Amino acid sequence: MTGHVVVVGGGHAGVELAATVRAADPLAALTILGEEPHLPYHRPPLSKGILGATNPTEDSAVVGLRALKWFEQKDIALRTGDPVVQIDCNQRAVKLSSGAEVAYDQLVLATGSRNLELKVPGGDLPGVHYLRTFDEAVQLRSALRCGGSVVVVGGGFIGLEIAACASKVMRSVTVVEAANRLLPRSVSEVTAVHLSDMHAANGVAVLVGQSVTRIIEDAGRAAGVVTSAGTVLPCDLVVVGIGVVPATELAVSAGLRVDNGVLVDSFLRTSDERISAIGDCAAFPSADRDGGQVRLESVQNAVGHARCLAARLTGTGAPYSAVPWFWTEQYGAKVQMVGLVQGHDRTVVRRSQDNSGFSVFCYAGERLLGVESVNRVRDHVGARALLENRIDLAPELAARPDVDLRQIAHSAPAA
Amino acid sequence: MPTVIYILDDGTREEVSVPVGTPVMKAAVANGIDGIVAECGGNLACSTCHVYVEDGWGALPALSEDEDDMLEATTAPRTEQSRLSCQLVMTPELDGLVVRVPESQV
Repeated sequence: MTGHVVVVGGGHAGVELAATVRAADPLAALTILGEEPHLPYHRPPLSKGILGATNPTEDSAVVGLRALKWFEQKDIALRTGDPVVQIDCNQRAVKLSSGAEVAYDQLVLATGSRNLELKVPGGDLPGVHYLRTFDEAVQLRSALRCGGSVVVVGGGFIGLEIAACASKVMRSVTVVEAANRLLPRSVSEVTAVHLSDMHAANGVAVLVGQSVTRIIEDAGRAAGVVTSAGTVLPCDLVVVGIGVVPATELAVSAGLRVDNGVLVDSFLRTSDERISAIGDCAAFPSADRDGGQVRLESVQNAVGHARCLAARLTGTGAPYSAVPWFWTEQYGAKVQMVGLVQGHDRTVVRRSQDNSGFSVFCYAGERLLGVESVNRVRDHVGARALLENRIDLAPELAARPDVDLRQIAHSAPAA
Repeated sequence: MPTVIYILDDGTREEVSVPVGTPVMKAAVANGIDGIVAECGGNLACSTCHVYVEDGWGALPALSEDEDDMLEATTAPRTEQSRLSCQLVMTPELDGLVVRVPESQV
């Protein structure tokens, strides 16, 4: 018997967990406790389609994860806008900000992550935006209508997606990245340079190797930024996308083990056997050959964790072992990534014969760590199969666009 | 409003009214049709809104190269009837479309 499964967090991970438990166990009691007032929604479109949408009445259709009717039909109690403030592991209950208490048999932390704050003078001025929630997206969209100039602080995926959307409506867009190139931890230099060129071609200025040290105030609002190189960039608004931290406050105060995320084993169990953690907030053992704890911020990771945990809660589980993949879309270019490429020491570029796209194979020695594909869906699908089957495709084969990746993935013996 | 019939994994048939312009995937999610995961929210970045088209082929939009490629990554076997439902945008001509939801998406 599954008992009462209480999920803290109404994001992608939490909803998928409830859906998958319900599919396996019609009798389980299921409760989702959401911090935000909205029905659960898709976050990825917030930095893509939603910012550019001209018909906001369709927003909920664009981002809604499940209809209210679905939660009712599935007998999943959904409580929104009432954050959990405390976990009592001994009593096996959580306390909500309204004062209500909810008892659990199994508690699932799907608390996600929070934006890192830009802690510089002027960082909290009106006109400094962040983007994580639906409400923030709506505010940012409205601010972008001024059509003036914007400085995006941070050249990661979120910053670049925002810059791409802003370039369509703003007179001037500048991205400021502290590292010496865009996306230093996420993608290879080849892909980063391609993205940087794409932004330049669309009129977005990209400044690298400079951090923002101060936000200039004028009439009580942000009016510009000053960088570590002394560059002054006047602007009408500032958007900060400098990364996230896992939302671990509840776990810490409950005495769970936490280290850059709630620490879980490969079955996604925390140091308390009745509490699990999934999605952005969970640091889990990598299924990669080197092991080590990883924490990933992606929908695929949220959904994969949710389904893995649901299987354990409703029967016999298996260790989580999915190969991670990610995607971003900027200026209509589709960038798909599989594997984790940090630490690669060699790249092999495979260009499509018609030059419409390319893929970058990232190796550490002979080992294929991951593949990035720009407008090459076929390569991405093939690369997923290679990594899932742990095949270290020889670099000379990787470079040849006529080599069928899927065929190799499904025929070669695993390395 | 045109309708789509979803045949679930357990054989149940569910008829849903779908506004013109709405993808068959969105309508499924909004109406609580089980078995359409739609991880990427309709960006042609995953393959988790896979369906088998049982009837209504004639009026379907053509298969794009990207959809064709993503269909190679489905969990349930790809067949001649396979499509990604995020790419099937409702039109009056598609009224009565019948799609079967596969056993698994992830």
